[in-house]
Amino acid sequence: MTDFPKTSPGASGLQLREGLLFEAGTPGRKGASLPAAGVPDVDPAAELPAELLRGEIDGMPELSEPEVVRHFVRLSQWNYGIDSGPYPLGSCTMKYNPKSSEAFARLGGFAQAHPMLPEEDCQGALQLGHELERALSEIAGFAATTLQPAAGAQGELCGLLMIRAYHQARGNPRKKVLVPDTAHGTNPATVTLAGYQAVKLPSGKDGVVEPAAVAAALDEDVAALMMTNPNTLGLFERNVREIADLLHAKGALLYNDGANLNALVGVARPGDMGVDVMHFNLHKTFATPHGGGGPGSGPVGVVEALVPFLPIPTIRKILPHEHGPAHFSLDFDRPKSIGRLRTFWGNFGMWVRAYALIREWGPEGVRKTAQLAVLNASYLRKLLEGDYHLPFSAASLHEVIFSDRKQRDHGVSALDIAKRLIDHGFHPPTIYFPLVVPGALMIEPTETESPEAVEALAAALKAIAREAVEDPKAVQAAPTRTLVRRLDEVRAARQPVLRWKPKAAER
Amino acid sequence: MAYPDDLKYTKDHEWARPNGKVVTVGITDFAQDHLGDVVYVELPKVGEQVKKGEPFGVVESTKAVSELFAPVSGKVVEVNTPLVDGPESINEDPYEEGWMIQVEVDDAKELDGLMTADAYQKFLAESEE
Amino acid sequence: MRYHPHTDADVRRMLAAVGAPSLEALFASIPEGLKLKRPLRLPDAIDEHALGDYLAGLAGKNRAAPPFLGAGAYPHHVPAAVDQLLLRSEFYTAYTPYQPEVAQGTLQAIFEFQTFVCLLTGLEVANASMYDGATACAEAALLALRLHRERRKVVLSRALHPAYRDVVHTYLVPGGAEIELVPYDAKTGRTDPAVLARALDAKTAIAILGSPNFFGIVEDVKSAAAAAHAAGALLGVAVTEPLSLGMFAGPGDLGADIAMGELSSFGNGLNYGGPGVGFFAAREAFLRQLPGRLCGETVDLDGRRAFVLTLSTREQHIRRENATSNICTNNGLCALAATIHLAILGKAGLRELALVNWRRAHYARHALGGGRFSGPGFNELVVPADGAALARARERGLVPGLPLGRFYPELEGQLLTCVTELHDRARIDSLVEALRG
Repeated sequence: MTDFPKTSPGASGLQLREGLLFEAGTPGRKGASLPAAGVPDVDPAAELPAELLRGEIDGMPELSEPEVVRHFVRLSQWNYGIDSGPYPLGSCTMKYNPKSSEAFARLGGFAQAHPMLPEEDCQGALQLGHELERALSEIAGFAATTLQPAAGAQGELCGLLMIRAYHQARGNPRKKVLVPDTAHGTNPATVTLAGYQAVKLPSGKDGVVEPAAVAAALDEDVAALMMTNPNTLGLFERNVREIADLLHAKGALLYNDGANLNALVGVARPGDMGVDVMHFNLHKTFATPHGGGGPGSGPVGVVEALVPFLPIPTIRKILPHEHGPAHFSLDFDRPKSIGRLRTFWGNFGMWVRAYALIREWGPEGVRKTAQLAVLNASYLRKLLEGDYHLPFSAASLHEVIFSDRKQRDHGVSALDIAKRLIDHGFHPPTIYFPLVVPGALMIEPTETESPEAVEALAAALKAIAREAVEDPKAVQAAPTRTLVRRLDEVRAARQPVLRWKPKAAER
Repeated sequence: MAYPDDLKYTKDHEWARPNGKVVTVGITDFAQDHLGDVVYVELPKVGEQVKKGEPFGVVESTKAVSELFAPVSGKVVEVNTPLVDGPESINEDPYEEGWMIQVEVDDAKELDGLMTADAYQKFLAESEE
Repeated sequence: MRYHPHTDADVRRMLAAVGAPSLEALFASIPEGLKLKRPLRLPDAIDEHALGDYLAGLAGKNRAAPPFLGAGAYPHHVPAAVDQLLLRSEFYTAYTPYQPEVAQGTLQAIFEFQTFVCLLTGLEVANASMYDGATACAEAALLALRLHRERRKVVLSRALHPAYRDVVHTYLVPGGAEIELVPYDAKTGRTDPAVLARALDAKTAIAILGSPNFFGIVEDVKSAAAAAHAAGALLGVAVTEPLSLGMFAGPGDLGADIAMGELSSFGNGLNYGGPGVGFFAAREAFLRQLPGRLCGETVDLDGRRAFVLTLSTREQHIRRENATSNICTNNGLCALAATIHLAILGKAGLRELALVNWRRAHYARHALGGGRFSGPGFNELVVPADGAALARARERGLVPGLPLGRFYPELEGQLLTCVTELHDRARIDSLVEALRG
């Protein structure tokens, strides 16, 4: 049995139980500080039809501010964030979120700028957007980048809609998009949403897409191939240039899912590899906080041929005729655009954060990021290759995939390993993805982890590998040190309870 | 894993039990094991037409959703509605309590094209996921 | 660089352990011809203080004082407690709660968010949030089209926010569904239910109204719902200003099948339009068609109540003919901000704040001669304003509203003005003087 005080950091702390907001409080309590109207006290019931109106909403909580604050402080203590410890989720790039970015995003002129302000009243916001667009385009090697999509999945949709518009402008939208079997689940779903049929492309024996496989699947009905590079096995798709040439010869386009850009920044650019369109995940490589599930931001870079199809509006820099300051403008006059994807212009708050980090990195820092990310992953791989099964011998980049094959011999699965890692004080890696590796453990340390942190993670995984042999039941029972133990997910799906109900509404 | 000899099987892991003109349909032991705990099943209404090889419903577990493909063509004459509130029968007893629909077949010869228990087990061994 | 812990000595040691001669050698799997051979053309690295100065300069070029602008984003006061709680690392640096044992804080907060959305809308189920109101609106259209595959038409009121209509169009293009627009009544500013009914038929999957609509007018949702249901279609209500639900009946209570929109008015600043927080609520019957994430209640091994993401197979759904949304993210932190703010407002505060907004807008409307439309408004109104009036407002340092001519040519010379609790009486009086001349 693992002796926790010696092998893991810290000891169990005090976490306080807390019910739902709606289960606390008392009638008449209020937490808000509100101004008086300061205008005549008109009664809406006197002016508006009764059926349109409602009184106070039954079930809304009645709490003082101290109760609300205590509630959420307690809830926060049940969470593990990247600020708590390593969070080596493969393909998620959970890296440190810069604190200065949080301060910058909160500057009054950013946080309180209304999106519909006249242009002369928001030049600072537009300028920042323009500068970010230039930086991202340069980093990935594209002619232009839209900052509008809300997250990676919407970036994918944006990219595919532009591909569709491109083909449509040539008289035939085409029917199919090729998707490697290592792709993230959003890829085929996006393909369908964009009106195409997803055709699965098998990866070769060594984990990358082979040109022969592409050639075999390629015909005049194929609109594009959606690739992730490096792929979800952490391997560089070395045939990318040849594949791009094959596609282009048939009039098809190459889409790159940029989720793994952290391995490439400053070292290689997808735009130089024949990629026509790529989405960025600002919440991955560019360290905007994950926020417990969002918000993200998914800009999309394109080659010159796709620029006319960018969503509206784009941000345009107008150079002065005389010697005056540059002027920035939202450009809606783009007749070939795929249209709008958002209420407004994009997740500006995340633009500020990503921009700040790129400015602090400078060109050298960008490159160092990829180098150290790959160094950390390579080091981790070296430390663990004796303890866990490595399904692919090829050199991996910023993430490494192991499988639970050795541990399965003792009845211990990837899930058990993940849960036991929690007991050691680490967030688990990604498990059971990609699907081509049964029992996968996809580990991405990122460049912001110190060597000591990487070594501590490796030590914990080694301890679990040993425990799997000596005391598999202990691993299967994990986690044991958390607020709650393994959850009954079947019950949650069979008897969905998705909200609290006021007493009167209960059956 | 169990594969009763009196049933016919499809490549999509459905089974068919003929009884005169009426065929009972469900999913095999392999399918329920592969899916994991079934949380929900969507079945057609009595009177609807189903077509061989086309989806007639959906079965959902915590980790996957699968379409259900009709092994024969015909009219749905009975639906195992208790499955909606008790989908666990599909895991616990896929060939009896877990039956899904009963179809009045247009052409009984369609059953000839389906696999025997032996052929299905061979098919599983070859597919080896 | 402060976010790169590795010293040169660390790098040497690790390279030796890995057996690589240099950092460059770690990228041997990338063909040489594909590598970047020059430094990136980016500004040189800058320190925190200098960067802060530069960004303060940019921020200083934006107007921060609350404008009289709504049009989908509403200036409201966010209590200090919200932001301080949001800055707790465990909330904002956490990932999606896929490992529920170490994410109960996020998960319980999502469950509370879903509950708030149901309470506000009067509907039975709500998801964990969406990107924004416009995409939530598009998702409502997609849901209706999935539900009734033989119905290929979506009917939208022309008074629905123009961006929402545009985004619905963008999302519907690939599937080939048809969009029909229904005009608004020139006198009331509302969608006439009789006119709406004439546009609905057996081909209609859903009709969507904004309420309050783009003109700030609350629609006759009850009649619209009856008309939609009579045609066998769904009724969706898009809410851009959810504070209105503090005094106006919830769409679900009035017969709507789906209510979605933007919840940023609670807890989130304007942030130049993003990130937002979309919400999506529907009748229980549509549970398995809901896009986005869902958080549900369950128990752990020891029988303790706990929360977990559930029904997640809908998200990774790759059934081609039945593609549901591809959405992966919810807007977790923004949803948390809304949840905290709603908890602070509470039962009485929500209504009180709604009434402050309504009364101030009411005051402005009366001072300006009643407004263009006679329908019931919340905190926005449409008033005439010519070039001279706009110039007078500008001279007083005011942003008086949004000229509507660009979006509705027939409303050239009209202004959409928004009044909230951030605009005190003196400021409203100044606006009124400017516009009246």
